[in-house]
Amino acid sequence: MICLKRLGAIGSMGVIFVAAGAEIGRLPADQLAKAVRDSISIPTPGELFAALEKPGKTNWSSQYRGPMSMTYRNRAQIALNLGGLIADGFIAVEAKDSQQVKNIGSDIIKLSKALGVSENLLSRGKSLDEFAENDQWDTLQEELEATQNEVKSSMQSHSDQDLVILVSLGGWIRGTQVVSAAIMQNYDERSAKVLRQPALVSLIQSKIGEISPELRGEPLVKNVSEQLPGIEKLVSFPVGKAPSVDEVRKVNEAVGKVMEEIENKAIVK
Amino acid sequence: MRRRLPIFLSIFVLAASISAPAQTNTEVEARKAALDLAGAFTNDGFKIRDGHWCGTIKPHDHALVAVNLYAGNQYWFSAGATEQAKKIAVSLYDESGKQVTTEGYNAGEKAAAGFSPTNSGQYFVSVDLVEGQEGSFCLVYSYK
Repeated sequence: MICLKRLGAIGSMGVIFVAAGAEIGRLPADQLAKAVRDSISIPTPGELFAALEKPGKTNWSSQYRGPMSMTYRNRAQIALNLGGLIADGFIAVEAKDSQQVKNIGSDIIKLSKALGVSENLLSRGKSLDEFAENDQWDTLQEELEATQNEVKSSMQSHSDQDLVILVSLGGWIRGTQVVSAAIMQNYDERSAKVLRQPALVSLIQSKIGEISPELRGEPLVKNVSEQLPGIEKLVSFPVGKAPSVDEVRKVNEAVGKVMEEIENKAIVK
Repeated sequence: MRRRLPIFLSIFVLAASISAPAQTNTEVEARKAALDLAGAFTNDGFKIRDGHWCGTIKPHDHALVAVNLYAGNQYWFSAGATEQAKKIAVSLYDESGKQVTTEGYNAGEKAAAGFSPTNSGQYFVSVDLVEGQEGSFCLVYSYK
């Protein structure tokens, strides 16, 4: 259960309660369909990794990948890779690996600059270095989320709104690749349950459907988005049922294939 | 940890203020109230995730947002509203629309709901105006 004792500090006027036994309602399907779905509906890689960590220790450093190319020229490809790189940053924080955090922080800045996003990110890079130097892991995670937020907001202010969903998509693909690989290494039903996210994949698909036809028609974006319906099926496990090792492997293979395409320079024009 | 709280909040507020679309003064006020409440949970190790959702609620109406949660994590959804809203409430529904049992906190124009999902997937957070007049609200959430 969630600890509530600290809430006493908020104010004595507050009423703390547990809704067990209270009147439990139901929302009709038409209201659910009208619910707002925006950036807050897409979880960060940090949330995914926090859930994976709960049942037992995860060997995060085994999920590192080799250095990424910093010479992509296609903006969609840069945005997708930037999302993946931010997910790598969260992995390094989970691994408490200060040098890896510094390396990835530096790469995030380089890729972000290639997209022409804000110079303010340079100070973010310095903060990441300082926090890593001082082993401030909680702060680093907050700073990474803030960095991701700033990259996206800078894209919005530069009329690159369409690229924002690609950053989120790249982060989700890389995060799911890492988590599925970690589950395969040390299978646990509780961990495997984090892979159930059909609505999230559906939301990402609908957001991609809203981007400009030109960007949607680019070979890489087209390839990646065409694979999302298949991935959605793979992560649509019944409520309460944990995926088997074999099902986890299928998810890992599917997102791994997409990740290879995102990294592959030859696929874009 | 406590000493870091102002740093966390300042980073978050800065990032949120940069990222947010144009907001009214009342939405900024509501967001501050939501962050004040969410800040209390950081003492228990909850991290405030970046991003927020602001809007307007009318009497006896609710605002609904979809979120995607992971089994194993613990979450607190914190909402703040402007003064005209005398009392708000936060509740949570699963993907079928069934209300789930939550822990709660209510203090007039601030309210929060705590939930630990056993199933990953989509949930819906509802912010309800129980008493008072139409006003702005803002929702943030924390996890650990």
